[in-house]
Amino acid sequence: MANILSVRNLSKSYQSGTSELHVLQDITFNIKEGESFAIVGPSGSGKTTLLGLCAGLDKADTGSVELCGTKLESLNGDQRALLRNQHVGFIFQDYQLLPTLTALENVMVPMELRGVKEGDALALELMERVGLGERIHHYPSQLSGGEQQRVALARAFSNNPSILFADEPTGNLDEETGDRVVDLLFELNREAGTTLVIVSHDMELAGKCDNILRLKGGKIIEEPSHS
Amino acid sequence: MAWRDGRASQGKLFLFMASIVIGITAVVSIQSFSDSLKSNIDLQSKSLIGADYIIDSSSPVNQRVQEVIDSLGGTAGEEVNFASMVLFTQSGMSKLMKVRGITDGFPFYGKLETRPGWAADDFKKHGGALVDATVMLQYNLKRGDSIKIGNITLPVAGALKSVPGGSALASTVAPQVLIPHELIEETGLIQLGSRIAYEYYFVAENEDMDMEVLEDQLDAMLDAEGADLDTHTATSRSLGRRYGNFTRFLNLVAFIALLLGCIGIASSIHIYMNEKLTSVAVLKCLGATRIQTFLIFLIQITAMGFLGSVLGTLAGLLLQLFFPLLLDDFLPVDMVIRLSYPAVFTGLLLGLSMSVLFALLPLMGTLRVVPLQALRIEAKGPARSKRIRILILFLIFLAIYLFSLRMLENWLYAFFFVLGLVVAFSALAGVAYIFVKGIQNFFPERWSFCARQSMRNLSRPRNQTMTMILAIGVGTFLISTLYFTKDMLLARATIDRTSDSPNLLFLDVQKEQSALLYQSLEQQDLQVMENIPIVTMRVHSVKGRGAKELRDDPDAKVGRWVLNHEFRATYRDSLIGSESVVQGEWVGMHNGNGIVPISVAQNFASDASVKIGDRVTFNVMGQLLPTRIASVREVDWGRMQLNFSVLFPKNVLEQAPQFHVLTTKTADEEASAEIQKEIVMKYPNVSVIDLRQILNTIENILDRIGWVINFISFFSIITGIIVLIGAVRTSRLQRIKESVLLRTIGASGKQIMKIVALEYLYLGILGSLSGILLSLLGSELLARFAFETAFIPSWIPFLILFPSITAVVVLIGITNSRSVLESPPLEVLRREVR
Repeated sequence: MANILSVRNLSKSYQSGTSELHVLQDITFNIKEGESFAIVGPSGSGKTTLLGLCAGLDKADTGSVELCGTKLESLNGDQRALLRNQHVGFIFQDYQLLPTLTALENVMVPMELRGVKEGDALALELMERVGLGERIHHYPSQLSGGEQQRVALARAFSNNPSILFADEPTGNLDEETGDRVVDLLFELNREAGTTLVIVSHDMELAGKCDNILRLKGGKIIEEPSHS
Repeated sequence: MAWRDGRASQGKLFLFMASIVIGITAVVSIQSFSDSLKSNIDLQSKSLIGADYIIDSSSPVNQRVQEVIDSLGGTAGEEVNFASMVLFTQSGMSKLMKVRGITDGFPFYGKLETRPGWAADDFKKHGGALVDATVMLQYNLKRGDSIKIGNITLPVAGALKSVPGGSALASTVAPQVLIPHELIEETGLIQLGSRIAYEYYFVAENEDMDMEVLEDQLDAMLDAEGADLDTHTATSRSLGRRYGNFTRFLNLVAFIALLLGCIGIASSIHIYMNEKLTSVAVLKCLGATRIQTFLIFLIQITAMGFLGSVLGTLAGLLLQLFFPLLLDDFLPVDMVIRLSYPAVFTGLLLGLSMSVLFALLPLMGTLRVVPLQALRIEAKGPARSKRIRILILFLIFLAIYLFSLRMLENWLYAFFFVLGLVVAFSALAGVAYIFVKGIQNFFPERWSFCARQSMRNLSRPRNQTMTMILAIGVGTFLISTLYFTKDMLLARATIDRTSDSPNLLFLDVQKEQSALLYQSLEQQDLQVMENIPIVTMRVHSVKGRGAKELRDDPDAKVGRWVLNHEFRATYRDSLIGSESVVQGEWVGMHNGNGIVPISVAQNFASDASVKIGDRVTFNVMGQLLPTRIASVREVDWGRMQLNFSVLFPKNVLEQAPQFHVLTTKTADEEASAEIQKEIVMKYPNVSVIDLRQILNTIENILDRIGWVINFISFFSIITGIIVLIGAVRTSRLQRIKESVLLRTIGASGKQIMKIVALEYLYLGILGSLSGILLSLLGSELLARFAFETAFIPSWIPFLILFPSITAVVVLIGITNSRSVLESPPLEVLRREVR
């Protein structure tokens, strides 16, 4: 299977006061299409930064990222945003729903950003798929944490993404709700044939993935099996 | 602890402080300047009239007044003044000016400022004239040029820059020309119908002379003889009152800036406290009591409020130093700015009390926080106490009321001022509330995503929509109300250019000159539109009681002016457009039998306490003429035409000594200048008033006043902008989260920018439009109840103010969101969100 994401010699550092903080150093790995992939490591190991760089949310200092066949460093901010809109789905630890929109409207946002006018049928279908068909007109503040994460799941799949990035998707949920969300995530992933990249320090969740990459202090300490 | 906590929130607290600083700067600068002005007027009171006291009269004094003058040790100087056309012989142009013939020595206090300086003394020695400096500039007059006043021609000795007690504004209304007293008679302008003032200047023998005792001794007696006593203390009192009224008005405008800032404070503290709830809960977990946590934030607010007040007070004291430059045209005295302790005290007290009072309601939220909220954010504290809320609101309104009362010195006016504020602020808040509710209930689903998302942002959690609409609305309301009011005042004075109403008036036309003037006008193809006879008279008795008896009776309900005024009455057989009978019956022709039926204006009827059928006897040049009130007229005094308090029917005054006012209409200013030139040459005693010039003068004065008011309103606008920036920054965290999320899921920078711009566009449109509409309502009320005129709004506020303010709001919004738009999502997530 072809690589959907290729990371080569990626490094990133931030200025922290007068000193430079090396968040990621010389990271190289590949993720194949349809694969589920976990990036694990303790707090401060650089997991979220790596996910952000892979999704084109920021630019690396050195190295390259090739996502869906496109080298991200050759794109400007808007081109990267367009790439994300067409090929990438996101799930966040704190759900990140727009508070002014209803659940259904939140699911429709990626389609609307792309200019798709009649996205409500698909959004409705996804809402039913995540078991919230009855709550489409509720605002985020009227939903529980688990429900909000399921709306986020529906939104992540609304643009039929090639790759889905999930940053600690169960971090804010209790164990039972978290398990249900994870089951749903993997189920939808299988159905859509999407590549799944999960950032987590939950080893049980990481264990459900096809491959695991371990980070510590910004460096890879355990490479995925195929890299 | 308050200090440590505040250190981390410097940015938010700084904006809080800035809201206070601007308002206090405005209030302190105006109050302090006002106090300085008052003390300068008191100190320079003698320079205001150029003497210790003056006796003035509209006719040469009689024996009785002369005896008074002699008993006072004789005059130090004398003056005769009147309005007359002055012809500038070189250019052939002419202008209606106030001609003052003064004896040596004047002014006895203060000095004449002339160019060249020695002209002040020189003009009397060489029989020259000092001409208003602005007029000299306008008419390109130079020293040595000739001017003609009546029958005499004089050389211009110099430019008159200022006269004691006069302001630049006063000289715009009535520019002066000073000539030696002995030349007045030679002008030949002292004749029947001329409005002449005779002034007698006195210098007190000793400095401690009590002016109030003098007033008590002479006032009533001089009144009875048709003369007046003006002491320097009375003049400074009345001038102080007049300027006091103006500065009090400005202070109220400045106070609005402070109130707007306070609303910004309440709003930002509300959000600030919401963000601090977890910290409060943690502190309570660690053992802090309710009062301790409350005090931590109260101390922060008090410290910021105090610091803001100190900075605002200092800035206000500095700013007032520029006021003499700003208000130069209006000032009757040379200003020496002094430190006003009452203004400093007011600034500190007002700043501190208002900031604490407005912050109290949101601060009360700390009392309701329970320690459990440190673990579970949704844990609920005890319900809000209604009684405390009401008490705080009561204290806020009480503070506003007390300050207004101090400014207006009238409890009812202060009440209406506060009521007006409440109505204006509530209306704007109501608009914001209805709009937000409207978005939720009637959302435009068919709009594009960006348009919808930006509109939805207005009802986001912790939105600042109401605060922003208040800030924008109050600023717009102030500017457009000032504009509409100026418009209204001008509209009242505007001559109807399309109609056949006259625009040139010839005053003081003697009976025998009337026919000649007709001829002159006809030769210039001008038609005499009106020939109004004027007969001067005084009230001799009202309802059988003599004027002297009424003056002496403290219980008499007849106004002093009615008894002292020299009325200029006319006679005709019909009413004119500016008047209508509201009581009784109009009689246009007297049949010669019985008492003469006259018509009086409403103000005369009410001030003389007369009604239909009552008798009033007039003294017409020594002849007593009994009349009865046959009708009362409503007169529109604002119309630029001759109106009369007392109107006689025909067939009564035709043989009385009289002069005439002729009116005509000239096509343009050139034609007007041409006829003026001819008339002044032929009939030097005739004064010509060009209504267009008067209108220009009024416009000029309103512009100058408007500029000062605009300057003070500017503080409200600055405060509005600060509150706006504060509101934008307060909701910054939420905006960042939304923008980052949208960019993460694929929105382009253009789309985000569009959402931000549209959001502020809606706010700008809503705020400024509400402000203008509210101002329309306010101006309509002003027109109806204060100016008693019809209000036809101009389009200017809609065409210029509305788009400009909206553009400023969009600019502020985009500028404050740019850093978010320009940063990569991950960087923003790490720096601002986490």
